[in-house]
Amino acid sequence: MEKRNKTTLSGKHFLSGDLACAEGAIAAGCRFFGGYPITPATEIAERMARRLPEVDGVYIQMEDEIGSIAAVIGASYTGKKAMTATSGPGFSLMQENIGLAVMTEAPLVIVNIMRGGPSTGQPTMPGQQDVMQARWGSHGDYEIIAIAPSSVQEMFDLTIECFNLAETYRVPVLLLADEIIGHMWEKVEIPPREEITIINRKKPKAQPKEYKPFKPAKNLVPPMACFGEGYRFHATGLTHDEDGKPQTVSVEEQNKLVKRLCDKIRKNAEDIIKVEEVTLEDAEVAVIAYGITSRAALSAVRKARKKKIKAGLLRLITIWPFPGKLVAEIAGKVKAIIVPEMNYGQLVREVERAAKTTPVFLLSKLGEEPHRPAEIVSAIEEVLK
Amino acid sequence: MKESDLMLRHPLAAYLRQERMPHIWCEGCGNGVLLNSFFEALDKLKLDLDKVVVVSGIGCIGRAAGYVNVDSFHTTHGRAIPFATGVKLANPELEVVVISGDGDLFAIGGNHFIHAARRNVDIKVICANNFNYGMTGGQYGPTTPLGSWTTTTPYGSIEHPFNLVHLAAASGAVYVARWTTLQVRKLTDSIKKALGKEGFSFVEVISPCPEIYDRYNKLGTAVEVMKWFKLISQTQHGCTPENAEISKRQIIIGEFVDIKKPSYGRLLREMTTRVKESFQEKKAK
Ligand SMILES: Cc1ncc(C[n+]2csc(CCOP(=O)(O)OP(=O)(O)O)c2C)c(N)n1
Ligand SMILES: [Mg+2]
Repeated sequence: MEKRNKTTLSGKHFLSGDLACAEGAIAAGCRFFGGYPITPATEIAERMARRLPEVDGVYIQMEDEIGSIAAVIGASYTGKKAMTATSGPGFSLMQENIGLAVMTEAPLVIVNIMRGGPSTGQPTMPGQQDVMQARWGSHGDYEIIAIAPSSVQEMFDLTIECFNLAETYRVPVLLLADEIIGHMWEKVEIPPREEITIINRKKPKAQPKEYKPFKPAKNLVPPMACFGEGYRFHATGLTHDEDGKPQTVSVEEQNKLVKRLCDKIRKNAEDIIKVEEVTLEDAEVAVIAYGITSRAALSAVRKARKKKIKAGLLRLITIWPFPGKLVAEIAGKVKAIIVPEMNYGQLVREVERAAKTTPVFLLSKLGEEPHRPAEIVSAIEEVLK
Repeated sequence: MKESDLMLRHPLAAYLRQERMPHIWCEGCGNGVLLNSFFEALDKLKLDLDKVVVVSGIGCIGRAAGYVNVDSFHTTHGRAIPFATGVKLANPELEVVVISGDGDLFAIGGNHFIHAARRNVDIKVICANNFNYGMTGGQYGPTTPLGSWTTTTPYGSIEHPFNLVHLAAASGAVYVARWTTLQVRKLTDSIKKALGKEGFSFVEVISPCPEIYDRYNKLGTAVEVMKWFKLISQTQHGCTPENAEISKRQIIIGEFVDIKKPSYGRLLREMTTRVKESFQEKKAK
């Protein structure tokens, strides 16, 4: 293990994606981790178990992933920044309480290092098979933020971004990485602490007597009091009014709450969404990719350009909310869109929805091998024929 | 006099979210007695209510969290204990109490219960045991006695129930007691004691369910059930939890476990202090 003598790391480090994620969390101010070991996310838990006590944080290994996410919600309600990390099977177990976190507006981060599914699937192999589960895994209508890192550096940077988004919008935020990114070792440059942007949740200005725990501010996000601060408020997974009072049969309250919970993401989508655009201006073919796949896609687009083929890349850093408007604009300008994914066709559906009549081609991969640039180049050539 | 005036004058009114009344519980239900004992215990201990957190799961008794005038959270079914664990570890200053049902804590949430007890997490768990799933209309659960009638045991239950105090003791709880809603003073004392203990404490409250379970099993009206509790309750402090039986003939009540053991929070703080000290030394070098 490399030498550490600072609360948060800075400078150049050689880290795996999982370790960079843990360091990013600590840099973001995460001081509570509740988890349950699972390949390929275990190293995040191991790093947190070692690091958190050094910074006065709490690591607890819960009895399962249901307990993990429940404990993380509890910790979040005391004002601590809290996270858990898992993979497919554990992510499935968390779904009900992801809905609870959405409903009670608990800021927290869930890392899912995706492996091959369904079920126990291929524990040590990569996948991007939880993309739709990330969006729709819990019951009811809701919106979620999910972010897909494509390098070890981004495992650090985007973990911080996840915490910042969670705190800004009072939502659970998902970091959706894959086994390759989680286990890959790369150089990470960590800026000095003062240069890292850290966002903390807004506290209420109202006096405890006047405080309404679910009364939104202008951006639709309610300021958050924490347990033990004297506000004496109640939160519930039941549909509730601004007071937090259960409203189990009111049509009006159901509409008001569900729409606000969705709209605080939908209406702020432009601020949330991050993408990277590469040579799309004059492109005839667009490749839309995320995570590990986007690295091969970038290389393919550059190779195609060398061959004088007008190819461009839209790399999705934010997967959810989906940048549908941008995809529609791109679709209006190109002849075809290619979506390489390590699944049997998930985000491609969302691209198709946005692309309308522009042809969209799925380049599917299942199992160990990620896409090779050459395969994507061939696909680009093929669709232009 | 209006009902609300009466409530305002009740000595424990400050503990209740009065604007949330009327509650959802049936007439004769034991949940109100449990809550009253809890309030009484808080009152006697003069705890700072700003530092008390009540967590419930889902069920009739799960609504308790919404009625208490302290910070409170109504989690998903079965998850009150892990939520409470997160709260307590993240802010050890808080007094964290879980109030939930037999189904919530011992069926869907059973695994969390035994592990929180094993870790000796410093939370207090009060269980309203009404021998069935009241909220969903009276199905059998993990404490339903063998042979009892419920909507899903139309031929009588063929499952052996848990003895909750035995389970709690075997899992590592430092304080374990059982009372029925008849022994309110003893119950209040036990809750008081549980709140004062370091570590995982468990109080089981045998509670009437006059509209559902008691009706299916022809146990009579709420008053008759209380009379029956009186008849068959037998105090046996220190009784081996395994032998603390609940049957048609007798309900053994009392304090069964009262031991000392370092809580998870204490061990965590000790470890963190050790780690931080050596970390600071490394830093200084
Ligand atoms: C995951 C899940 N499964 C089932 C239910 C339905 N449900 C609600 S309350 C309950 C049983 C509650 O029983 P208990 O904990 O004994 O509380 P009581 O209602 O008897 O007070 C069930 C099964 C649910 N809400 N969530
Ligand atoms: Mg019950």
